[in-house]
Amino acid sequence: MDSVARPFDPRLLRQVPSTRRDVVLLGVLGSAVAIAVVTAASALARALAAAVELRLDPPAITVFLLALTARAALTSGLGVVAARMAATVKASLRADLLGAVGRRGPGWLAGQRAGELATLTGRGLDALDGYFTGYLPQLVLGVTVPVGVLATLIFADLASAVIVLVTLPLIPIFGILVGWQTRVATERQWRRLRLLGGHFLDMLSGLPTLKAFGRARAQVAAVREMADRHREATMRTLRIAFLSALVLELVGTISVALVAVPVGLRLLGGGMTLAAAFTVLLLTPEAYAPLRAAGTKFHASMEGLTALDQAFTLLAAADGTISGGTRTAPRGGGVIELRGVTVAYERTTALHGVDLTVRPGDRIALVGPSGGGKSTLLNLLLGFTAPTAGRVLVDGADLAELDLDDWRRQLGWVPQRAHLFADTLAANIALGTPDASRERITQAARAAALGPVVDALPQGLDTVLGERGHGLSSGERQRLALARAFLRDAPLLLLDEPTARLDAASEQAVVSSTLSLVEGRTALLVAHRPALLTAATRTVRVDHGTLHELVTA
Amino acid sequence: MKGWRDGVMGRVLVFAYPLRWRFVGAGLLAAGTEAAGLGLMAAATWLLATAAGQPPLIALSVAIVLVRALAIGRGVLRYVERLASHDAVLRMVTEVRARIFAALVDRPPARRADALSRMVSDVDAVQDLVIRVLLPMAAAGLVAVAAVGTALFADPAVAGVLLAGLLITGVALPLLAARLARHGSARLAPLRAAYAVDTVDLVHGAADLAAFGARPAYEARGRAHADELARVERALARRSFAVDAAATALGGVTAMAVLATALSRGLPGVWLAVLAVATIAAGELALSLLAAARKGAEIQGSLHRVAELLDVPETAVADGLPVPDGSVHLRLRGAGVRYRTDAAPALHDVDLDLPPGRRIAVVGPSGAGKSTLLALLTGAISPDSGSATSLPVATAPSRVGVTAPPGAGTPITAFDRERWPAAVTGLLADAHLFHASVRDNLLLARPGATDEDLLAACRTAGLGDWVDAHGLDVRVGEDGAELSGGQRQRLALARAVLADPQVLLLDEPTEGLDPAQADAVLADVLAHRAGRSVVLVTHRLTGLDAFDEVVVLDGGRVKERGTQGWVRAHGG
Repeated sequence: MDSVARPFDPRLLRQVPSTRRDVVLLGVLGSAVAIAVVTAASALARALAAAVELRLDPPAITVFLLALTARAALTSGLGVVAARMAATVKASLRADLLGAVGRRGPGWLAGQRAGELATLTGRGLDALDGYFTGYLPQLVLGVTVPVGVLATLIFADLASAVIVLVTLPLIPIFGILVGWQTRVATERQWRRLRLLGGHFLDMLSGLPTLKAFGRARAQVAAVREMADRHREATMRTLRIAFLSALVLELVGTISVALVAVPVGLRLLGGGMTLAAAFTVLLLTPEAYAPLRAAGTKFHASMEGLTALDQAFTLLAAADGTISGGTRTAPRGGGVIELRGVTVAYERTTALHGVDLTVRPGDRIALVGPSGGGKSTLLNLLLGFTAPTAGRVLVDGADLAELDLDDWRRQLGWVPQRAHLFADTLAANIALGTPDASRERITQAARAAALGPVVDALPQGLDTVLGERGHGLSSGERQRLALARAFLRDAPLLLLDEPTARLDAASEQAVVSSTLSLVEGRTALLVAHRPALLTAATRTVRVDHGTLHELVTA
Repeated sequence: MKGWRDGVMGRVLVFAYPLRWRFVGAGLLAAGTEAAGLGLMAAATWLLATAAGQPPLIALSVAIVLVRALAIGRGVLRYVERLASHDAVLRMVTEVRARIFAALVDRPPARRADALSRMVSDVDAVQDLVIRVLLPMAAAGLVAVAAVGTALFADPAVAGVLLAGLLITGVALPLLAARLARHGSARLAPLRAAYAVDTVDLVHGAADLAAFGARPAYEARGRAHADELARVERALARRSFAVDAAATALGGVTAMAVLATALSRGLPGVWLAVLAVATIAAGELALSLLAAARKGAEIQGSLHRVAELLDVPETAVADGLPVPDGSVHLRLRGAGVRYRTDAAPALHDVDLDLPPGRRIAVVGPSGAGKSTLLALLTGAISPDSGSATSLPVATAPSRVGVTAPPGAGTPITAFDRERWPAAVTGLLADAHLFHASVRDNLLLARPGATDEDLLAACRTAGLGDWVDAHGLDVRVGEDGAELSGGQRQRLALARAVLADPQVLLLDEPTEGLDPAQADAVLADVLAHRAGRSVVLVTHRLTGLDAFDEVVVLDGGRVKERGTQGWVRAHGG
């Protein structure tokens, strides 16, 4: 958490090299803005001094307007560069994050990480906009403009320059001090605040339950009361949190007073020109403005920095690849051997030094309790999981040295729960074979008992599935996965409980099409139902990470 | 009668009306803050310009005090204003939350989790509307009026020039900025949505893509969307920053025009400088309006959704009929439910007879209409065809299979919605555990229950050992996140057992328990319900021997039904 609270994350320059150029560009534009600010203020001071003497000073006015326009244009340029940076960084991090999934394979994406990654890649990174377009330009100007202002003030009025030089650091110092104080106070309140703030969501989510017990109306008062307690707790926190804004504001305005009053007195004594006095007055607030703006926007940009930190942490965790070697896989599904294979995860060991030989034409049923290691066995062959010890050999070649994409072309996989892609049903079936003809897709769908499902959908095979599209029931998903495998027409099949969680009618359909699918192919088949076991030529019991071949009667 | 209350903003802002004096106060404080800032620069300019004429020191003393007072005053005013406005708006949000909750009580359920969290952030948009849109606009407007008014005292022509400049920078440009922002989000929203779908496919479909070698195609699609998104974002940023630049430059032009006009009208020299500096300060204030206008455009969608939610008359449902005290006899006759007109009915022509004491198991695949059937019995929905009624128990035949005359019952939805659960409730599909203690979660079902009752219910649901070890005061986390899946399910079941209604509904009560435990828990619950009605919805076919009737639903229709022993006969 503390590593996040830095104004700029240097990992950005490493991860997205194109930002280096933009950072330089920001510096150049920031310096140009400082020059424009100083020029505009001096010219305006001259024009005002002339006006006090009832003279119009057209050159000074022209320079002021030109410098002001230049300042406006340059500041906008700064914003545009920052926005471009934001867009580039987001696009690049998105590609990197999703690329990491491809590199590390699906095994890396266990459980929570998948959800975290999906959220981060989507909405999470959009929070970077606030950081890049709101905070970063002000941070750059917070360096360049005070330097320009001070350089000018030293020549215009040394005493004022000293006042600005002394008070300017108060902004970051107070910002940090008050920020600290606020953090200590806020953290004390944070848990409580979050509990109260989450209450509304909790109540909304539980509304059906409240209704089920006839308690919904009674809770309206509770919602109001909790929201009111949330307000009180929030206000207690804000009373302290707004102090930091107060201090930043006061440093800026009081220094204007600190500068203006002595300058006025010196004018009175005739020790200074009016133009110089106006220059000091107009420039002093400019020195504080960017730092103040950065200070107020820092909080809002924290979310973006947190997202950035999360992205870098994930990318660091994703370093390295496991996606095998480059050797072409043997054709036609050779002999597969597991030799002393152990697979250990962080907390558990899924397989303990197991041996297994699968010959072409074998149809092996894997049985045993859940958590016994059956899915790990399939993941090994899919190349989703690498053995911690031991080797997986395909016709004598180590799977780790094979080109995994090439190897997987020999596999047909029927997972427990196939993902529905946001595409047509036809495209979902033809996932591994995008150029399959319509006829073959229809055939595969029929072979997988998906025919009635297709007929019931509004646009048949062209119905869009997935997010925002049509959903399918578990049984229909299973049949879709089978249709994929039919179309894939691969020599080795890996089936992970194709009939789990199905009702009797769907099970019947899935069993019979599974039987016709495995006919004449090599298959590993995780199964519970007796109906599927009839298709197997061998049965292997997987329990506590060990394998036992069952002798069929 | 169409007034301001009919607009989206009006429907939200009616909640500000009872707090109007707080908001007026906050607005005045905000205006005071801005006026102090403008006054500080104007007074300092006056001080310098006057001092240059080398008058006696006494002539400057008021200005010196004023400069110091305004310097401190601005910061202090800002602090007080922010506290006042936040307090007022949080009070308003409290009311909005309560009203939305009350409105949702009377609406049909079925909402997804992301829709709920969106609703919560939509309500936060009300806060933004006041603090970041309306208050800055009010403050800038008041200061602009004061500035133009002051200039009017000096000279009408100068005031005219100032007004024209402020109208361009403070009204026209913010309107343009809002338009651009609206246009921008309209272009970005579909792109962001498309990209979000790509992300879900690439992340959650990673295994399928890898196994079928389809990853490159989907990655390319995602990259194309991300690049398009970046391109549009850059283009929008260019336009929006161009508006900012125009506002800054126009502020300077206005100041110089004011200066030249004032000079030609023969105003005193000191006032020329003061007017020019004050105009620049006012122009900077107009810049803050650009941000307010953009924010306003950004939260339009949220405000629309909030207004829609609030669009329910306050007392929508009249009190229903009193719920019978004793046993109830429920009946569905040809009941059909259709959620969407373009889809197949969720339930079609379903008959169900549930006299007191009867136990019915409803089985079928997911999506078969099982939960819809339960929703008819709880009265959460009413049938679109056929009827769902409660028959008077005295006249209802006690023997199974003999039907009472049609139309003899009272529609379930006619009963008092808050009291009907005393007769019919249970563990329903979307059972939620509240972020509170085990005790509070249980007491929901029966507010007056003693600890003995709670422990007994827990024991029936197989949670006895756990509760003995952890006590009733342990908090369960957000939707039971601190519990294991099995504990969570048992706690929800214990709550249903504790409610002890005349008819107990159980929707997949043993989901997440392993088969042996599931059968044991179900048997315990049924034993506890001896002699009273139970409707069990399940996809498992074991443990159904204790039921009087098994109804098989498929695609919303009753496919088969049988009495005791049906399962055995069908080789479950």
